[in-house]
Amino acid sequence: MKALKVIALPAVLFAGWWVLSAGSKDFYRPPLRTILVAFADTWFGARIADDVLPSLARLGAGYAVALVLGIAAGVVIGRHPAVRETVEPVLEFLRAVPPPVLVPILILVAGIGDLMKVLVIVSGCVWPILLNTVEGVRAVDGVLADTCAVYRVPPVRRMVLRAASPQIVTGARQALSIGVILMVISEMFAARSGLGFTVVQFQRGFQIPEMWSGVLLLGLIGVALAALFRLVERSVLRWYHGQRAAEKQH
Amino acid sequence: MLEVNGLRKVYDGHGRRVEALADLTFKLDDGEFVCLVGPSGCGKTTLLRCVAGLLRPTAGEVRVAGRLVTGPPDGLAVVFQEYGRSLFPWLRVHENVGLPLSGPRKPGLGKEALAAVGLAEARDAYPWQLSGGMQQRVAIARAIAFEPKVLLMDEPFAAVDAQTRADLEDLIREVWRRLGVTLLFVTHDIDEAVYLGQRVIVLSASPTTILDTLDVDLPAGRDQLTTRAAPRFTQLRGRVYTHIQQARTS
Amino acid sequence: MRGLLGAAGFVALLEAAPRLGLVPAAYLPPASRIAAALGEEVRHGTFWVALLDTLQTWAYGLAVAVVCGVAAGMLIGSVPLLRVLTSSTVEFLRPIPSVALIPLAVLLYGTGRTATLLLVVYASFWQVLVQVLHGVADVDPVARDTAHSLRLSPWQRLRTLVWPTALPYTVTGIRLATSVALILTITGELIIGTPGLGKEIAVAQSSGAVPAMYALVVVTGLLGVAVNLATRSGERRLLRWHPSQRVAV
Repeated sequence: MKALKVIALPAVLFAGWWVLSAGSKDFYRPPLRTILVAFADTWFGARIADDVLPSLARLGAGYAVALVLGIAAGVVIGRHPAVRETVEPVLEFLRAVPPPVLVPILILVAGIGDLMKVLVIVSGCVWPILLNTVEGVRAVDGVLADTCAVYRVPPVRRMVLRAASPQIVTGARQALSIGVILMVISEMFAARSGLGFTVVQFQRGFQIPEMWSGVLLLGLIGVALAALFRLVERSVLRWYHGQRAAEKQH
Repeated sequence: MLEVNGLRKVYDGHGRRVEALADLTFKLDDGEFVCLVGPSGCGKTTLLRCVAGLLRPTAGEVRVAGRLVTGPPDGLAVVFQEYGRSLFPWLRVHENVGLPLSGPRKPGLGKEALAAVGLAEARDAYPWQLSGGMQQRVAIARAIAFEPKVLLMDEPFAAVDAQTRADLEDLIREVWRRLGVTLLFVTHDIDEAVYLGQRVIVLSASPTTILDTLDVDLPAGRDQLTTRAAPRFTQLRGRVYTHIQQARTS
Repeated sequence: MRGLLGAAGFVALLEAAPRLGLVPAAYLPPASRIAAALGEEVRHGTFWVALLDTLQTWAYGLAVAVVCGVAAGMLIGSVPLLRVLTSSTVEFLRPIPSVALIPLAVLLYGTGRTATLLLVVYASFWQVLVQVLHGVADVDPVARDTAHSLRLSPWQRLRTLVWPTALPYTVTGIRLATSVALILTITGELIIGTPGLGKEIAVAQSSGAVPAMYALVVVTGLLGVAVNLATRSGERRLLRWHPSQRVAV
């Protein structure tokens, strides 16, 4: 019964799209059947290795670097009030710069190769991670800090990172969706390969079913990454959700 | 074992000077069980944090086993009032107890300590799955497993119900007798102070000084029914009560 | 005070790094040259037209997203069956990156404002919807039962019970949507070429006007700061009276 409720609406929507578009003669809105055929033809071949995987690899590299940088800097800033007060306005500004405008700047610095794209992802993803880490570290319970001091427990490694993990995860989630956007944009703006590049090529070449299939693929990647993230979050924050649920009961 | 000489603490903040501790001098012999009792808001926690090396005194000094305290000293454990916040919610009970330990004796010490507080069964639970009293037992087990020479307890039973409190008081007496640890127990509960300690130090309201020190000449084997009903208990409790009333009104 | 010092240090660093040759001035012009370029920009009408275009696209998109998000959220949230049926679809559609729609938007709407609006609305709609859904779900069950036993009409229930509970969440959603909408507005202008600051940045970049490009980027940053500060203070003012004023996620 529950499964039915989960798939009911998506099934209706899918069927509706299929049926309504079936006889479509509109050049820009091809039948869903055509799009799905194009999807298989376009993406189940060399393009996976040539375009999809390199894009995802750049996303992974940039995201990983942003995680390390953001968490490390966030811990330092969060633990030292003087540092935080000094850098706060600058961080406010840097965070407010819309990440996509970094693309033209970084093209200037790093050309249009892999390095530029990874740098774009890093410099867009790092802020939500950093700022959330700062908040999380600042909010660490003083009693936990005292406990670490008394019992000789190394505070940063054993306590601060774990105690701040709910906020760090929130930042990492925001960063992931920014990262996907930047992965696509950096390739749309200037590139010779990659997912974003290919999709825009299809659009410019009026390969309409292929373009629709690319949009579909980008959507699926976004959904898959979000699902993957939830999986990781569930294991990292199991204690946190359990604790919250326990508190609610009392 | 524990010496406090001319201890004074003044908080300086926002142009307002608050003198928490005026001038405190007292001493605990090796293996002694002393209770500090005073009206609420009398700087008990400040005193305890100075003794634990978590707070720097404005003047005076603390020595543990002859050594000057500048940071948390070796061989000193603390059981905090906020049991819920001093346990690491992302670690299971036995991991919390074993956290400060290392080396080959770690598993054995943890197991013994949990058995000593009657929580051998709960070793794999998370702290937030336990009742308040059980959480405080975990904190006590962690302190025991640390094998301290000096154990500080900051109103450890202030937040648990009366029955649990009586059980925990007897548990602490037993732990103290078995381990021969030097124990400084802070409380605002006069009955608890007299019931537990060999000696009771009565503190004044803030800025804190020592009003009185009395030896509790009750038999070493105490229990909730007979000890609390003994005429000598009532007498001692009356004397402490009078002091604290005076401290409040003056 | 320290913050001022930090900001001054940041500007000084931007000035000194290219002047000392730590980074090539062709990539990162000294802060003074960026400032001069900014001074040049603000004297031209094109800059103000672009700024106005950006603000308009942003405001239209945000308005549509907020109205649709609140309406859909209230409706879906208040009808349990709808809530159950739509949750998987919402969970599926929400993480679709809005920029995936760029080729589609260009194809269907060309490079005009509508194309960018599609991105802006799509991205910010979910921010509002999800928060409103959280808010409606947060209504106290006891209060809900009370409302039923008092035989309040659905409209009265919505006004006196659901709306006040959902308000703080809604405001949070609007705050999040506000900055997302700004980002997507400028993204659309940059990539699609809809008139606005983003397009000006792309033009400056392709014509090699490096200081002007940095000046425009600084403007978008300042715009972002202004929007963040305004929404945060608006949120505080609006919810000061609210008993459930909570730390926003």
